[in-house]
Amino acid sequence: MRRTMITKRVRSRITTTVALTAGLVLLGAGCAPPAPSSSASGSAASGAATWTSASGAGGMDALVAAAKQEGTLNVIALPPDWANYGQVISAFTAKYGIKVASAQPDAASQDEINAADQQKGTTRAPDVFDLGQAVALANLAKFAPYQVSTWSTIPDQLKDPNGTWVNDYGGYMSIGFNTAKVPAPTGVKDLLKPEYKGKVALNGDPTQAGAAFNGVMMTSLANGGSADDIQPGVDFFSSLKKAGNFLPTDPTSATIESGQTPLVIDWDYLNAAESAKISTWKVIVPSDALVGGYYFQAVSKDAPHPAAARLWEEFLYSDSGQNLFLGGGARPVRADAMKQAGTIDQAAFGKLPPVSGTPTILTTEQTTKAAGVLSKEWSKATS
Amino acid sequence: MARSRLSRLRPALGVLPFGVYLLVFLVVPTVTVVIGAFAEQGRPSLTNLAGLGEGSVLTALANSVAVSAITAVIGGVVGALAAYAVVTGAPDGALRRLVTSICGVLAQFGGVTLAFAFIATLGISGVVSAWLDAHLGTSLTSSVWLFGLKGLVLVYAYFQIPLMVIVFLPALDGIRVQWREAASSLGASTWQYWRHVALPLLAPAFLGSLLLLFANSFAAYATAAALVSQGSPILPLWIRSALTSEVVLGRQNFAYALALEMIVVVALVMTGYSLLVRRTARWVR
Repeated sequence: MRRTMITKRVRSRITTTVALTAGLVLLGAGCAPPAPSSSASGSAASGAATWTSASGAGGMDALVAAAKQEGTLNVIALPPDWANYGQVISAFTAKYGIKVASAQPDAASQDEINAADQQKGTTRAPDVFDLGQAVALANLAKFAPYQVSTWSTIPDQLKDPNGTWVNDYGGYMSIGFNTAKVPAPTGVKDLLKPEYKGKVALNGDPTQAGAAFNGVMMTSLANGGSADDIQPGVDFFSSLKKAGNFLPTDPTSATIESGQTPLVIDWDYLNAAESAKISTWKVIVPSDALVGGYYFQAVSKDAPHPAAARLWEEFLYSDSGQNLFLGGGARPVRADAMKQAGTIDQAAFGKLPPVSGTPTILTTEQTTKAAGVLSKEWSKATS
Repeated sequence: MARSRLSRLRPALGVLPFGVYLLVFLVVPTVTVVIGAFAEQGRPSLTNLAGLGEGSVLTALANSVAVSAITAVIGGVVGALAAYAVVTGAPDGALRRLVTSICGVLAQFGGVTLAFAFIATLGISGVVSAWLDAHLGTSLTSSVWLFGLKGLVLVYAYFQIPLMVIVFLPALDGIRVQWREAASSLGASTWQYWRHVALPLLAPAFLGSLLLLFANSFAAYATAAALVSQGSPILPLWIRSALTSEVVLGRQNFAYALALEMIVVVALVMTGYSLLVRRTARWVR
């Protein structure tokens, strides 16, 4: 889900005349998908792949038993410091004794789908996905519908009626900043002030990363744009760039802690996670530019551990799973129902940055349209 | 008859592993790239090639060529001078051994490590930036120049110069002292010797090295990826964007088209080089 730098070293090694051939090889090799290896897992035959709810397994106990028998769950692109996934994974293993194999924690949403395609039929293929909206809705055919036992308490607009996908957690676009390094901004437009020279970072490139995309949308709303018009946001970043305020570094926990990125536009739950580590890291959600977004959870149709995948979903949408997300600063999808039932972690809920106003949540059409504008205009705005 | 054919084939057997290597790592990927570039959704299509004409992609192409050419020239000139300085010393001297081994390391010191080294020294919170700001009144700690094309030129020069030293040393070693002596005894001045003897002899090697440096920085990816995270200003970063974007989907084949474009550029430069070498090398024969 998070796009971070791809650390694979692709600069060509040089040996005199072979250099050019090597260059060509690298150009090509970077694009050629590895051939899928054979050997399918045996557990897929157990019928678990067709269960659309715990009752398909014959009840929760039977699902747990089947999952324990599989013994492993493959997850992908779940950074430990993202929505508290580190603890979510260890709590799942502690509760059920199922080993969680976490592949490429820093990969992007599209990488999850690529991995599912390339490793299809192997025991290493991802069992479950946690995806950004665009990638999720473009790959519905790869998901197996499943309804968790807490299904009825998930708001209707945040789930597919059949359970093909379910939103898991979400948040609002926010500005995180280190009060030791920069003055507190009161809104988006403040970022153009000279105090923020070389200090304003965005979590990723908006033509690639969902978080950055919504960040540009936030600045658009603050500058007279709308969900249908992202151009004012692009113009805003162009002005930031001209003023020398836009810092084109990809912010991570490390850059925030070392002070390289003193102000970061990102989801509030990611910024809030930094507050736990740095006492001077504050987060505001601009009320004049409220952009909301949820991540999408789905079970892979080709999951090598279909029962464990379904049990993982049950765990994520249980009260304890949802409170773990909340512990990482993310707003769990069942928050309202849990508030009413009194099962929500009040202390963690109270720590979320205050939000007022009606959030803008982009539809698929609006996302596609804005993405088209960005892919034409973003390079120009930032160079 | 059969026996003689077999014995003629025997030397070819030795080349077989290399042939297989070329097939697997050059021919197959190149063919994959070419086919992918001309297809979309499994059907033949020119959509992706047409996409290469988009403004921001053309800019990235121009930037890529410019960064590669500039760093090749900087690396080539500085590296050649450094190599000459080394060659004038003792052939087995400590200086030469030291320089060649250091260059061997630095020429391969690229990627994320190198980008980080520069961020840690010249970045926003870099050691050198902070010192310069405090003592010379610069404003490096609030300047973002390192994360753009200027930064790329500086960082690439860091591995281009030592690479040039390594590849150019053997050419300089080939220049024999006797030639200089011969030229002098025929009354040639230092300038005349360089102009008519040494430079023409070195020219093909120099141009070849420049080409090597150009390709080296044209295909460099990890250093740029770690340094520049916005706007994909050069082609390798555009390929990354097309492959991994979670915002604009379904552009895998556009990545093939971009890769094809890079192959074409390198092929053009190679052709230009071989034409040039044929001309400059004519009199040597």
